[in-house]
Amino acid sequence: MPASKAIATENSAPIIWVQGINKTYASGFQALNNINLEIKRGEIFALLGPNGAGKTTLISIICGIVNSTSGIVIADGYDTVRDYRTVRATIGLVPQELHTDSFESVWATVKFSRGLFGKAPNAPYLEKVLRDLSLWDKRNVKIKELSGGMKRRVLIAKALAHEPTILFLDEPSAGVDVELRHDMWRMVRELRAKGTTIILTTHYIEEAEDMADRIGVINKGELIVVEDKNVLMRKLGKKRLTLTLRQSLASIPAALIGWNLTLADDGSTLIYTFDTQEEETGIAELLRTLSEHHIEFKDLRSTESSLEDIFVSLVHQPKGNAS
Amino acid sequence: MNIYGIRAIYHFEMARTFRTLWESIAAPVLTTSLYFIVFGKAIGSRMGEIDSVSYGAFIIPGLVMLNLLNESISNASFGIYMPRWAGTIYELLSAPVSWIEVLIGYVGAAATKSVMLGILILGTARIFVPYEIAHPWWMVAFLLLTAVTFSLFGFIIGLWADNFQKLQVVPMLVVTPLTFLGGAFYSINMLPPLWQKITLFNPVVYLISGFRWSFYGIADVNVAMSIGMTFGFLTLCLIFVWWVFKTGYKIRN
Ligand SMILES: Nc1ncnc2c1ncn2[C@@H]1O[C@H](COP(=O)(O)OP(=O)(O)O)[C@@H](O)[C@H]1O
Ligand SMILES: [Mg+2]
Repeated sequence: MPASKAIATENSAPIIWVQGINKTYASGFQALNNINLEIKRGEIFALLGPNGAGKTTLISIICGIVNSTSGIVIADGYDTVRDYRTVRATIGLVPQELHTDSFESVWATVKFSRGLFGKAPNAPYLEKVLRDLSLWDKRNVKIKELSGGMKRRVLIAKALAHEPTILFLDEPSAGVDVELRHDMWRMVRELRAKGTTIILTTHYIEEAEDMADRIGVINKGELIVVEDKNVLMRKLGKKRLTLTLRQSLASIPAALIGWNLTLADDGSTLIYTFDTQEEETGIAELLRTLSEHHIEFKDLRSTESSLEDIFVSLVHQPKGNAS
Repeated sequence: MNIYGIRAIYHFEMARTFRTLWESIAAPVLTTSLYFIVFGKAIGSRMGEIDSVSYGAFIIPGLVMLNLLNESISNASFGIYMPRWAGTIYELLSAPVSWIEVLIGYVGAAATKSVMLGILILGTARIFVPYEIAHPWWMVAFLLLTAVTFSLFGFIIGLWADNFQKLQVVPMLVVTPLTFLGGAFYSINMLPPLWQKITLFNPVVYLISGFRWSFYGIADVNVAMSIGMTFGFLTLCLIFVWWVFKTGYKIRN
């Protein structure tokens, strides 16, 4: 089957272009609602969302494991359904679940993956992949004898066996030890340095914060926001000033109504939340007002909200308000 | 054509076969030997010849078919059901392989295995009963055609089944009775006239009759009819599998 002509091949074009993807499962459940997304060539893109948000469904549709109900996906200029042969040869997927062939050896299974994806045998390359993942010593071991973390490594090796230029990692660090996580992220950075585009989903928000260039937040099948990580942090980032009071307050005094204040720890802690985007933080004025009303504090500290806070605030907001 | 892909699937399946080689060979060879001892020697010695073929020799083609059908179906259905059950099918679904390539890999491996077993059973039979093969090329052709057709049928069962019971139910409740009633152990002419008509609705009758013809030149039904029916069934199975892959039935939803 001849692949049809590439729609766009310049380097600036998105490597993955998701257009109006909907998915309603046979059960009638709508898992994805009109997803539009562009992944840039060579970036690390993190897809964040609570359980059941539709992350795996979206990845599965792009990779050809699940049929979409409507919408199209273009990968590197080719339609993922019509030109599946061209597209899939360039994509590697590490699934969320540890699905492995118990009775196969590590070496046999990576060799199988390479062949399945249409690549001529290349033992030196596979050896390198296994060595990078500290699997070389285990190459003749049956997969069922490996630990969970080792099985995860095998799945990564399988996904890399055909030298993909786009790599999907679906919750790669779920149930994985620190050492593997470290190895994995080192590998991801190396791959990115070689030009591989990486799309990952994760529950570990610090990881997305560390690793990703851009972040997409998905909730209940809808993509709420897609943003450069730094922009997202700045845009939605809030700072918090926490004051530990000398004397507990029963409620916020009338004079302080209008300030963005909350009481915590039975009234012994006063929290002031402010936007980092504002010219004036209002801290000086707040402190002045406090002293005018003889509210004394013994300690104060300020914290920047993490991606986790941003994430929580996004998914709890009514949709449409985030951007 | 993704030749490397086909090769990978075929090798994977054959490796699975060779891992359990003894289990997969021992049982069929043992049961067949028992059939020859009981039907060929003990009972067969009291039976007359059928169309001038000794009873022991008469049942050989039927026994080979019985095994061929069972093996083809169970190999192929298990082959595709396992990755569905274990979840490893994600890789097959995300790979640049077409449904034809997937079929060639899985069905090819299942058919290879059952042909190997068929030949082994023919060899075992030789120990018990002397026989000649009148049309060896036709014999091989029937062997291959049946193995491929029923491996394809098994592949469909493996796609349809959503538990291990369903996987077993078709071979046990449908194929075994049809084979026994398909003339493996008797000539259709031995049945009462009404049953002679009814039995023609059993597709296995055509397989066994055609196969037996290639051995002894005797047939219950026309040989062309046998070949035609087998091809007809093969085509039906192919259309179904094509539809499965086109719509994603049970695997991509
Ligand atoms: N095969 C299926 N049939 C019906 N519903 C499904 C199926 N697979 C997933 N779902 C539902 O779709 C939603 C999204 O699932 P998923 O994409 O796995 O979410 P995530 O990966 O973000 O945790 C969930 O509510 C899940 O229960
Ligand atoms: Mg998931």
